[in-house]
Amino acid sequence: MSTQAQANPSGADLAISDEVMIGLTGVNKWYGQFHVLKDIDLTVLKGERIVICGPSGSGKSTLIRCINRLEEHQRGRIVVDGIELTHDLKNIEKVRREVGMVFQHFNLFPHLTVLDNLTLAPIWVKKVPKKEAEEVAMHYLKRVKIPEQAGKFPGQLSGGQQQRVAIARSLCMSPKVMLFDEPTSALDPEMIKEVLDVMIELARSGMTMICVTHEMGFARTVANRVIFMDKGEIIEQNEPEEFFNNPKSDRTKLFLSQILHH
Amino acid sequence: MTDMTDQSIVPGTRPDLPPPVTESGVIGWLRHNLFSSWWDSLLTLSAIYIVYLIVPPFISWAFVNADWQFLPSVISGEKAPEFSDCTSGGACWIFVRARFGQFFYGFYPDAERWRVNLVLVMLVASIYGLLSERIKNKKPIAWFFFAVFPLLAFFLLYGGIGLPVVPTQQWGGFMLTLTLAGIGIVFSLPIGILLALGRRSQLPIVHLLCVLFIEFARGVPLITILFMANVMLPLFLPQGVEFNILLRVLIGVTLFASAYMAEVIRGGLQALPKGQYEGAMAMGLGYWAMMRLIIMPQALRVAIPGIVNNFISLTQDTTLVAIVGLYDFLNIVRAGSRDSNWIGTEIEGYVFCAFVYWIFCFAMSRYSMRIERKLQTGHKR
Repeated sequence: MSTQAQANPSGADLAISDEVMIGLTGVNKWYGQFHVLKDIDLTVLKGERIVICGPSGSGKSTLIRCINRLEEHQRGRIVVDGIELTHDLKNIEKVRREVGMVFQHFNLFPHLTVLDNLTLAPIWVKKVPKKEAEEVAMHYLKRVKIPEQAGKFPGQLSGGQQQRVAIARSLCMSPKVMLFDEPTSALDPEMIKEVLDVMIELARSGMTMICVTHEMGFARTVANRVIFMDKGEIIEQNEPEEFFNNPKSDRTKLFLSQILHH
Repeated sequence: MTDMTDQSIVPGTRPDLPPPVTESGVIGWLRHNLFSSWWDSLLTLSAIYIVYLIVPPFISWAFVNADWQFLPSVISGEKAPEFSDCTSGGACWIFVRARFGQFFYGFYPDAERWRVNLVLVMLVASIYGLLSERIKNKKPIAWFFFAVFPLLAFFLLYGGIGLPVVPTQQWGGFMLTLTLAGIGIVFSLPIGILLALGRRSQLPIVHLLCVLFIEFARGVPLITILFMANVMLPLFLPQGVEFNILLRVLIGVTLFASAYMAEVIRGGLQALPKGQYEGAMAMGLGYWAMMRLIIMPQALRVAIPGIVNNFISLTQDTTLVAIVGLYDFLNIVRAGSRDSNWIGTEIEGYVFCAFVYWIFCFAMSRYSMRIERKLQTGHKR
């Protein structure tokens, strides 16, 4: 499947299997009295690349953070690769091993070198021998084009480099799904492209991805589905072409006009 | 408009000029730091005057007019040294020399003092090994220090396995102070870490117990805890169970220090951004792995000044064991200067004590500053 994906440069043509990767049914979440997620139903198939957008406070970050249980949902079901997320710690850790996450603020471990950041989880969670973990780490550092930074500490790298290290760190666990929580929002304009390039390359390799982002160019290039959220609800979802050229709801139109014509 | 284009400058081509003379060198430094305003100058002059009042008399008392040497009759063994041997009017350091063995070893029998020395050599060597930057492989040293050394030190100091037993009543002086401070430091750090984690735990019972313990230990003076350890603990134990006084005091001091340590470490934990926890959890790390590999190394680093501060105050707090009848360093020096041969040497005793405590605490403080600097330059966020 991945070879087929690489042969097709355009995002829309990438193969998507009919195997369900993530299923959310009737998911609700509250922060105290505040109802952040309202009856979210979402099915993500293997190989899908989904972009979630929406105004701040719409619950889009919370939604993807529920998928690896950084946030707990109070009602509804979340099933990731056949494992349901409940209070069972074993299941939660199992899901986290299969789901990589990239954060807005990178969340690299500042006291460890880049290489140690990458090998830590494989060694301690998957019990991979150190040498093998380092080989895998170097492979992914090459893939994000910064193998020469392996011995440095995160604080010595630029924002764009740090975010690429963060992506490589997740990939070292060979996840089945990658979640991106506004990966370019904290970056200087000059560095956004280098991160997006890595993400585009990743999408073309067939990775199942859910990205919360406002990079609409990225959505057009790689997404097969764009989801618009507001006030904790999924307002609209469609293929990127339809979504951008022919939005259905007024709220979506307003949002798009504001982010596209500022 | 042509002027404008002529003015275009290639960045970095203009030479760096030295600052004006009044801003650099000795004069600049004096102007900036000592005499920058009339109020500043006044403070500087009064400070110099106070130093003048205190320092020269002290130097003359402690060094110039001091007695350092035993009388020839003492050296030849005809008479014991005493206060009246000091005739020059300054400090009577003969007192410290004559009593040095007791100050250091307490009432530990002369013939067995080599055991204390051996423990001390091992202690200093392994601490040097652990802290030195020249030694790269610290694993065997750490194993020795944390696993082998405590047992070895116990059997050497206390006795058993062929060595004659020296009951803890005979321990005293600097050796006792070092034992109390050392054990307090080594145990209060891990217990403090556990308490701090417990206090931040999501589990209500663990949280409650930790909060209760920490707030109790912090709300009660150490003296009270020592009295309780001395008087109350035996009440709770079954009849006939002997519980060594030194052990009781050690437990009291350690638990007291742990509570303070817990709060310092909690401060370090709170300084970490939430993202560190999320980054670790998202990778699938469990709670203990996350704490050990990601959170604690960073939290402890933030907490180093507070931790060392606790070490220093713990070292000084060990002097309080005098009130339950233990002869720690300060207490034994005090007792020595009350000896009828040495009436009048209290000042010398206290100055000597202060000097020794100061050396130790200052060394800890300097060392912590060095680690902080090293960590700061090593890896910034």
